[in-house]
Amino acid sequence: MSNRAAAIRTAGKPGKGAQVLLGLLLPVTVLALWQALGHYGLISDLLFPTPYTIAASFASLAVSGDLWSNLRISAVRVLLGFALGGGLGLVFGILVGLFKRSEKLLDPSLQMIRMIPSLAVVPLFILWFGIGEESKVLLIAKAAFFPLYINTFMGIRSVDNKLFEVSRVLGFSRPKQILKLVLPGAVPNIMLGARLSLGLSWLGLVVAELIASTSGIGYMMSDARQFADTPVVFVGILIFAVCGLLSDTAMRLIEHRLLRWKESCKG
Amino acid sequence: MGETLLDISNLNKSFETAGGPVQALHNVELHVEEGEFITVIGPSGCGKSTLLRIVAGLDGGYSGTVTLEGAKINGPGIDKGFIFQEHRLFPWLTVEKNIASDLSLRDPGVRKKVDELIELVKLKGFEKSYPRELSGGMAQRVAIARALLRNPKILLLDEPFGALDAFTRAHMQTVLLDIWRTNRTTMIFVTHDIDEAVFLGNRVVILEPRPGKIRKIVGIDLPYPRKKATASFQELRLKVLSEFEKVEELELTDGAGI
Repeated sequence: MSNRAAAIRTAGKPGKGAQVLLGLLLPVTVLALWQALGHYGLISDLLFPTPYTIAASFASLAVSGDLWSNLRISAVRVLLGFALGGGLGLVFGILVGLFKRSEKLLDPSLQMIRMIPSLAVVPLFILWFGIGEESKVLLIAKAAFFPLYINTFMGIRSVDNKLFEVSRVLGFSRPKQILKLVLPGAVPNIMLGARLSLGLSWLGLVVAELIASTSGIGYMMSDARQFADTPVVFVGILIFAVCGLLSDTAMRLIEHRLLRWKESCKG
Repeated sequence: MGETLLDISNLNKSFETAGGPVQALHNVELHVEEGEFITVIGPSGCGKSTLLRIVAGLDGGYSGTVTLEGAKINGPGIDKGFIFQEHRLFPWLTVEKNIASDLSLRDPGVRKKVDELIELVKLKGFEKSYPRELSGGMAQRVAIARALLRNPKILLLDEPFGALDAFTRAHMQTVLLDIWRTNRTTMIFVTHDIDEAVFLGNRVVILEPRPGKIRKIVGIDLPYPRKKATASFQELRLKVLSEFEKVEELELTDGAGI
């Protein structure tokens, strides 16, 4: 964007501090209202514990260390599942994107598997792999596989034909064509796929941990539900929200670094 | 001038279209000597781009012979540099990496040549810029440097300055002539601008459409650097122009000054 356009943009909009305040207005009002309603007994404390109770519950979980040990276990599962599923998605996406023959061979089957809901395979995964780490990591991996697979595939196929012509004129070897043209050209799509995959990994984690688990944030929540300890359920939801946001922000930072050459990523 | 570098004899090429085959090139005969600067001019649809793409090895399916240094042209390669109308730089690479492309800048030989070329195309200070940060003329200069790094025997330019404004275009013409006189690279330059053709070329090849064939080749026997505002330049320009007007369906989209 030109400096002039940037200047007009900032001139027409409130400052950064004011913008942050504006963004906080709604959540803060809701929290205050919620707290007030709970405080005067207008909403059920069991169904809607007040923000204060939730914060107290968070503090006690944090102090006892339960929260952190469960969070670590969950984070490790997500990372393992994402690395496995996303990694395979990338590899298969590249294979299928590059070679028409592997597309014919693999894509129909993969698309079929994609249509199977994660929840439907949970019983099978538990039968096959038990309720240990394997079934959870594999469930997350299944969720993480497809966004990266599809977007890598699409990214490779959408590399500009005109640049292919350039690579022929410049005498690129086939491996150089892949390394220097196809893969860099597909990076915007690959990054989009990676972000979606990581998001789905967290969703997969929730499915895996709520259904069969003896540790992790999801387990902490389902355990709390059994004892009607609603504040802990809220703490769990909050943790998932924050973790999802943090991991997405991390991905966006990586994306920003990798795509510095793109106009839309400037500023 | 030296020996014949590029030999085009009896070249015919037709395209299959929905309405039957269309002859794009008909009996084209052209012999280019080493170090020559050939400009090719003609109305749209006369096959000038097709001719260039055949020489580059990008298009096949023709009859006749096209040889470079006596060898039949077999697909594209670095001995035939090609500059497209758009710069076609890799948007994710900086200027210097675009010039190197598949070669490594860590190779001292490549590094040295890239630096020399950046000097030659007057882009010092922009080595680390991305294509989106460059003007059209600068980007096209990077594309020229990228082709020259590979020491092509011939540089093929397909309306490379067509998308540039008049001032940038005039500047680029001077830059290109400088490069030509420094490197003595043989050039075939396709354009639809008569001034540009006469300003740059040793010989101007005039094509006519349907079917695309050579109408006339006009030798431009003027010393470089040429001045457009001289009687001798204008005389030759008129000569080319009158040939042009004889072409039945004059379809100049940008016939400067007609």
